[in-house]
Amino acid sequence: MIRSEILRNIAPILRDELVVCNIGLPSQEMHLIDDQPTNFYMLGTMGLSSSIGLGVALAQDKTVISIDGDGSVLTNFGTLPTIANNVANNYILLIIDNGSYGSTGDQPTYAGQKTSLTAVARACGCENVIECKAEDTGEVLQAAIDSKQMTIIVAKCESGNIKVPVITKDPVVIRERFMQAVKS
Amino acid sequence: MTVSEKIVADLVANDVQFVTTVPCKQLAGVIDAVDKNPDIYHIPSNKEDEGMGLCAGAYMGGKRPAIIMQNTAIGVTINTLVTLTQYYRMPLPMLISYRGELREPVACQVEMAVHTKALLNQLNIPTYHFHKESDVDEFDEILKYTFMCNKPVAILTDASFWGGYGE
Repeated sequence: MIRSEILRNIAPILRDELVVCNIGLPSQEMHLIDDQPTNFYMLGTMGLSSSIGLGVALAQDKTVISIDGDGSVLTNFGTLPTIANNVANNYILLIIDNGSYGSTGDQPTYAGQKTSLTAVARACGCENVIECKAEDTGEVLQAAIDSKQMTIIVAKCESGNIKVPVITKDPVVIRERFMQAVKS
Repeated sequence: MTVSEKIVADLVANDVQFVTTVPCKQLAGVIDAVDKNPDIYHIPSNKEDEGMGLCAGAYMGGKRPAIIMQNTAIGVTINTLVTLTQYYRMPLPMLISYRGELREPVACQVEMAVHTKALLNQLNIPTYHFHKESDVDEFDEILKYTFMCNKPVAILTDASFWGGYGE
């Protein structure tokens, strides 16, 4: 199972939540599969999906899910201690770990080799860290939402991409639409 | 009222409730004052671009953010300033210690100081330079200006402003 199949499976769960979508293909795939005003699409700035999502979660009460990738978490490793030490129980970090930099041509990441992001997140002090198979992502995600506990999910999947168009929406439109959804 | 207390009072008066910091010796006093203020959620960052991501999120979540960092961070955060803060038109007051200016004891800090204003200028970031203690009087207006125009705005604060490097 590849990332786009996970996103297709969990789209009905994500629909009712605030979602910060990682740069590149994850945003483009979510945009294609189920565009919602509650989705914030990152058009640039690799690595910051988890930080943006945590900021949204700390600023208000609705559930926020950051969809991140193993490569992006490796880019912004400092995010995990910050998350661990600033607990927001309305926050879920969903790391789709396909062991590769998917948007740039599937170059292998260290997360697909010796480095376990699950172990790193735990070592950073994150309390609810769940590693799951791709097929179980929906069930684990729904349980995390229902638990109302800050949760880090590492969903292990295969690398691979589908062909998707780039997002041409204006960034200010994406941001304003998301902010209205936060307030509604 | 100390300069640090005045800065924090202005942040609170302008409804800035979410402040991220990356430390600098010159900023120790103001970071301490931010941390002690019950009206501000203080979230230390491990790197300044991470902090700008947190601030972007907090802004979209409905809280006014600010970042406190050293001028060396300009070298770290150009991509984030351009593709996140500016591209999505988000306000971000950046209180920056301007290391490498007069009274600086560490020579290496001058290497980034000579590029700081040029880089901010290249990025079209409105920039203010606090050199004398009384310059802090403008801080309140700078915050209002930042949230009026939805841009990142830089406030460079040098050693003379802080009453010395801490020597």
